[in-house]
Amino acid sequence: MARVVVDVMLKPEILDPQGQAVQRALPRLGFDGISDVRQGKRFELEVDGPVDEAALTRIHELAESFLANTVIEDFTVKVEEVTEAAK
Amino acid sequence: MTARIGVVTFPGSLDDRDTQRAIRIAGAEPVALWHKDKDLKQVDAVVLCGGFSYGDYLRAGAIARFSPVMEPLIEQAKAGLPVLGICNGFQILTEAHLLPGAMLGNDHLHFICRDQKLRVESANTAFTSDFVAGQEIHIPLKNMDGRYVADARTLDMLEAEGRVVFRYLDFNPNGSLRDIAGITNEAGNVVGLMPHPEHAVEPLIGTGRTDGLPFFTSILKKLVNA
Repeated sequence: MARVVVDVMLKPEILDPQGQAVQRALPRLGFDGISDVRQGKRFELEVDGPVDEAALTRIHELAESFLANTVIEDFTVKVEEVTEAAK
Repeated sequence: MTARIGVVTFPGSLDDRDTQRAIRIAGAEPVALWHKDKDLKQVDAVVLCGGFSYGDYLRAGAIARFSPVMEPLIEQAKAGLPVLGICNGFQILTEAHLLPGAMLGNDHLHFICRDQKLRVESANTAFTSDFVAGQEIHIPLKNMDGRYVADARTLDMLEAEGRVVFRYLDFNPNGSLRDIAGITNEAGNVVGLMPHPEHAVEPLIGTGRTDGLPFFTSILKKLVNA
């Protein structure tokens, strides 16, 4: 079994008030020197069978049509090695 | 025979009964549609009502957009079926790409519920013909994800083509770009807005005015005269 990770982020030009709220809380927690925070979503897909080109193409379609709204969000798809130790 | 107007209930819809009631008060016949329906029961128009379909998981409207009922709805809306999306319904229409742009969380991060002043910018849609352009109305607004966004080119196009249908007046309640409260598609048969006209059809409740009623009488007249 393999894991495919889809990361979804608001496009850079879209205002992210959640990220701003997190950023503004940082000095209160003693974290200085962080000028900006943007918050996104991470999807971990456990794939049955091999993660070949066909599977990745389908996952790309899934991300583009459903997991992300490409009007406001960008996404990346990457395959993650699942090691025995991590299981 | 009067017009039959469908109201879709998704898991998490809240305002389906109020919407059916508003349709009845306007003189049309409401028809309950279920999210799993694969046909639209030959209705003459559809309202996608407010609420939190599928808990607003992923994005507001994102999961509802793939419900079985949406397949015939998208197909028929593209062919001219009048569709009004209110609040969550507006979010579903943008997710289905029947309307351009997208809805995001309010810029102040809070749920908001207030009587909202709007200006009707266009009376040239299936749901606004009983208004006059420039008319100021009061409609209840209640939402978490009401911030309308689109890229500058899309916004310019909407303005140039007269497709901004409603604008927030005096106060922008959610950070919507260019104070946009509602828009329409190119043909004017699909309209979406965040405020809730179905809550303003009787003087006893809502804003104490009946500024929401013309949404429903507009579509009734259009269908009956067709």
